[in-house]
Amino acid sequence: MTDVLERPLHLEEPDHHEHHGPSGLLKWLTTTDHKVIGLSYTVTSVILLVIGGAFAEIIRAQLASPNGTLVSLAQYNELFTMHGSVMIYLFAGPFAFGGLANIIVPIQVGAPDMAFPRLNALSYWLYLTGSITMLLGFFTAGGAANFGWVAYAPLSNSINTPGAGADLWIGGLLLTGFSAIFTGVNLVATIFYLRAPGMTMFRMPIFTWNMLVTAILILLAFPVLTAGLIMLYADRHFGTHIFSVAGGGVPVLWQHIFWFWGHPEVYILALPFFGMATEIFAVFSRKPVFGYKGMIFATITIAALSLGVWAHHMFTTGVVLLPFFSIMSLLIAVPTGIKIFNWIGTMWRGQVWFSTAMLMAIGFLVTFLVGGLTGVYLASPPLDFFTHDTYFVVAHFHSVVMALVLAGMGGLYYWGPKVTGYMLNERIGKIQFWFLFVGTQVFTMPLYLVGLRGMPRRMAIYPHDPQWKFLNDVSSLGAVLIGISTILFVVNLVVSWKKYPAGDNPWDAQTLEWFTTSPPPHHNFYRLPPIRSERPTWDYNHPEHHAVPHGQHVEPVLTTGESK
Amino acid sequence: MRVEAKLLLGLGVFFGVMCAVYWNWSLENAGGVMMFAGMLLCFLPGGYYYFWSRRMKARPEDDPQATPAQGAGVVGAFPGTSIWPFTLGMGAFFSVLALVFGIWFLVPGLGLVFWAVLGGTSEGRRGGRV
Amino acid sequence: MRRAAALPLAALALSGCTVPTFGASAGDTTSSRSVYHLWQGFSIGAAIIGTLVLVLLAWAILRYRRKGDAIPTQYQYHIPLELTYTIVPILIVFGLFAATMVVENKEVANPPTKVTIDVNAFQWGWKFSYPGTNAVVVGQTTQTPVMVMPVNTDVHINLTSTDVIHGFYVKAFNFSRYALPGIDNQFTFRAVNTGTFFGQCTQLCGLYHSLMFFKVKVVSASAYQTWLAGFTNSAAAQAAAAAQAGQSATYVPTKVTNSSGVK
Repeated sequence: MTDVLERPLHLEEPDHHEHHGPSGLLKWLTTTDHKVIGLSYTVTSVILLVIGGAFAEIIRAQLASPNGTLVSLAQYNELFTMHGSVMIYLFAGPFAFGGLANIIVPIQVGAPDMAFPRLNALSYWLYLTGSITMLLGFFTAGGAANFGWVAYAPLSNSINTPGAGADLWIGGLLLTGFSAIFTGVNLVATIFYLRAPGMTMFRMPIFTWNMLVTAILILLAFPVLTAGLIMLYADRHFGTHIFSVAGGGVPVLWQHIFWFWGHPEVYILALPFFGMATEIFAVFSRKPVFGYKGMIFATITIAALSLGVWAHHMFTTGVVLLPFFSIMSLLIAVPTGIKIFNWIGTMWRGQVWFSTAMLMAIGFLVTFLVGGLTGVYLASPPLDFFTHDTYFVVAHFHSVVMALVLAGMGGLYYWGPKVTGYMLNERIGKIQFWFLFVGTQVFTMPLYLVGLRGMPRRMAIYPHDPQWKFLNDVSSLGAVLIGISTILFVVNLVVSWKKYPAGDNPWDAQTLEWFTTSPPPHHNFYRLPPIRSERPTWDYNHPEHHAVPHGQHVEPVLTTGESK
Repeated sequence: MRVEAKLLLGLGVFFGVMCAVYWNWSLENAGGVMMFAGMLLCFLPGGYYYFWSRRMKARPEDDPQATPAQGAGVVGAFPGTSIWPFTLGMGAFFSVLALVFGIWFLVPGLGLVFWAVLGGTSEGRRGGRV
Repeated sequence: MRRAAALPLAALALSGCTVPTFGASAGDTTSSRSVYHLWQGFSIGAAIIGTLVLVLLAWAILRYRRKGDAIPTQYQYHIPLELTYTIVPILIVFGLFAATMVVENKEVANPPTKVTIDVNAFQWGWKFSYPGTNAVVVGQTTQTPVMVMPVNTDVHINLTSTDVIHGFYVKAFNFSRYALPGIDNQFTFRAVNTGTFFGQCTQLCGLYHSLMFFKVKVVSASAYQTWLAGFTNSAAAQAAAAAQAGQSATYVPTKVTNSSGVK
C-alpha cells in the first residue's frame, strides 16, 4: 500500500493504527521502511566485519613466524586482498551510510522515511548481492581476487590475474558502487526536502550534516570508481588497452582514477563516524556540541580538500605534482584538528558520563589522534618515499579505521536502544571497550616500528630478517584482543536480548530521534516538538538550559536534570 | 533552499579553482578532467536550487520560526511495501554474474530487470500494492 | 603551539645527535640523512601536539567527570579560541610544508653524474646494467642480485619495469620509488658509507612478491672500477662475476601459469 502522509500536527498522542504489513521473510524482502532496511544493512555489514576480521586473524597467524606455512603465497595474496576489500568496500562504508545513517538521519531531521524508499530497498539488495558476488571468488577454481584491494594495473589485467575471482571482485564492486550512489542520492534528497518545519540547515545535528557531506562526496567519487572498473573489465575481456603499455595505454591512469575515488572514500568512511562520535560526546557531557558551526565548516572543508589530494597515494610513482598534493594533504590536518579541539571543548566543563558509548568515543578520539598525526608524516613526500608500502602505512590506516570501529561500536551502543527498544549490557560493553581499545594499540604500535625497520606490506614471509618476528607477534597479540572484543560484542547481544527496556530517551539526549518512541513507529513520529535549535529534544525537556553564546557569562543553573 | 544552493555552488567554485590551479601547474589531464566534472556535478543541482530559492518563499523547514502546524499538509506518497526493489536487485545480480560466468546469465538477469521495471512502474501508477 | 612550527626547521639545522630517533635511522646516503632530520622534526611536532591533546582530553574527562545530576552551563561558542586553533595549525602546516620542500627539492634533484645504473624490475627479479660498460647483473627472487655502486659519488638510477609495477626500496637509503612499465623513473643517490644494504620490492607484483630481493653493495671508487673491469663480453665471465658478487644459490621457480598453480 502507498501511504499518502500528512505531517503530525499535535503534541498529543493520537489514537494511531499501527501499520500492518507482511511479517517474517516476506517483510524482509518487501520492506521499504528505512529502519528495517537500515537494520538489514547494519546486520549484514557487521557479519562482513566478522568475516573480514577472520581474514585478518589468519594473516596475523601466518606472520607469527618469518617462514609461516599456514597459507601459501597465493592464498596469502587472496587473504589480504579480500580483507581490505571486505573491510573498506563492504563493511565500513555500508555500515555507516547504509546502516546507522539510513536509520537515524530521517528521524533526526523529522522525516517519515527516506525520500525514495523503494530506491533505498534496491540499494540494500545491490549491496547484499554485491557482497555475495565478491566473496563468491573463494569458491572458484582460481581463488578470490589477489591483486590487493587497490587492483593496480597492469597486475590486475587478464594476463597477470586470469580467472573468475578478479571478475567477481569487479562485479561485486559494480553492484556495491551503485548501491552507494543510490544511498547518496537518497540521503541528499531526504535532507534537502523532508526536514521538519523549523529544522533549518544550521539546526541539523552534526551527524546529519556529516552524512549530507558524505553523501555529496559519494556522488562525486563513486561514479569515477564505477567508470574505472568498467575500463578495467574492458581491458581484461574486450581487448582495449586503456591501462596497458603494449597498446599505448597508461598504467598510472588506473591509479589516478582509483585514488580520485579512493581518497574521498577515506572521508566517506570517516565522516559518518566523526558524526557519531560528535553526538556521543555532546550527549554524555550534557552539553551542546562546542563550536557547532565551526564543526560544520570543518566538515565541508575536509570534503572539499579531499577531492584534491588523491595523488598523495602516488608520491612514489615519480610522475605526480608533489608540492600541490603535499600542501593540500597537509591542510586537511587543519579542519581535522578543529574537530579534535571541538570535541574536547564539548567535554570541557561538562558532566562526562562514562557509559560504554562514551568510552568508545573517547577511545576513538585517542586512536584517531595517533592515526591523524602519522597521516601528517605521509603528506610529506620525502617521508612518504621513506615509509611508502611499509608497515608504517599499514599501521597508520589501521589506527584510523580501528578508531572508526571504536566510534561505530559507540554508535551501536548509543543508538541501539532507539532502534530496538532495548539497551545493551553496560558491564559487558565496558569490558568489550577495554579489549578493543587496548587491543587496537597493541596491534598498531608494533606495526609502526616494524615498518620503520623496513618491513614492506603484503609479505607472506620475511625470511631474511627474523628480527621482525617479535614485533609481529606483539601485533598478533593485539589482533587476538580485538578478536575477543568482537566475541564479547556478540555475547552482549545474546545476553541483553530483549532484557533491558530502554524507554524513549535513556541518555537524556538532545536530537529529534530521542523525541519519538523506541523503536519509532512506522513513519517515525506521532508528534513533533517545536524546533528552535539543533537540540529540539533537549530544549523540550530542559527549556531553561539554553546554549550560552560566547561573551555571556551566566551563573550555572543548579537544577537537577530530571526530564519532564 | 538558499543554504543548500550555497553549499553546492561553493563546493563547485572551490573545485573549479582547484581544477584551474592543478591543470595549469601539472599539465596532467586525468585529474584535471575529474575535478572539472566534479565542479559541473556541483553546479548542476546547485544552480537548480539557486534558481528556485530566488523564486519561491521560504519553506517551513527554512523558516527558523516555523511551528509544526506550518508543516501541515501532504508530505508525500510513501510505498508501504514493495517486492520490486528485490526483483530489480536480483536482476542486477544475475546480470553482473553474466560478466563472469557467461552471457546466458543475462536471460534471467535482464528478464528480472524488465519484469521489475514493468511491475514497479505499474505499482506507482495504481497507487501501490504489495 | 607557535614554537611547534619552528621546531621542525630547528631540528633540521641540528645534527640530530641529541634528538631521539623516533624509530627511524639516519641511513647511508646524503638524502637519507636529510629525510631522517625531517622525520625528527615532524616527530617533535607530533609529540608536542599529541601530548597537548592527550593532556587536554585527560583533564576534560577526569576533572569534569559526572558528579551528579546537575546540568552544566551550556557553553557552545568561544570565537577567539576557535580562531586560535584554526590559525595556529595553518601556520604549523606551512612550516611543515616549507621544511618538506627544502628536503624534497634536494632529494628529487637530478644533478649530472658520472655513474649511471639502469635498473630494470621484472616478475620477480632485478636487472642492473651499467651503460657504457659490459657490466650486467641479473637475478631472480632469492638469488638476490647485487647492485654495486661507488661511495661518495652521485649515482644516477634509471628505473624501469618490464611487466607490472614494482617498488625499488632500500631501507638504508630511506627511499623507495615505483618501477613503472612505460615510464623511466630517474633519481640520484650519493652513498656516504660503504657496506651491503638489503633491498626488496615493496609494490605487490604477484605471486613471489615476498621474495623479490636485491642488495646494494657500496664500495670504494677503486674497488668499483676493479669490479667493472671484471666484466668482459663473454657471458660466462658475467656469470662468474655475478657469482662473485655474492649471490645465494637458493632458487625459486620463476614463472607459474596462474595463482592457483602453486597451491
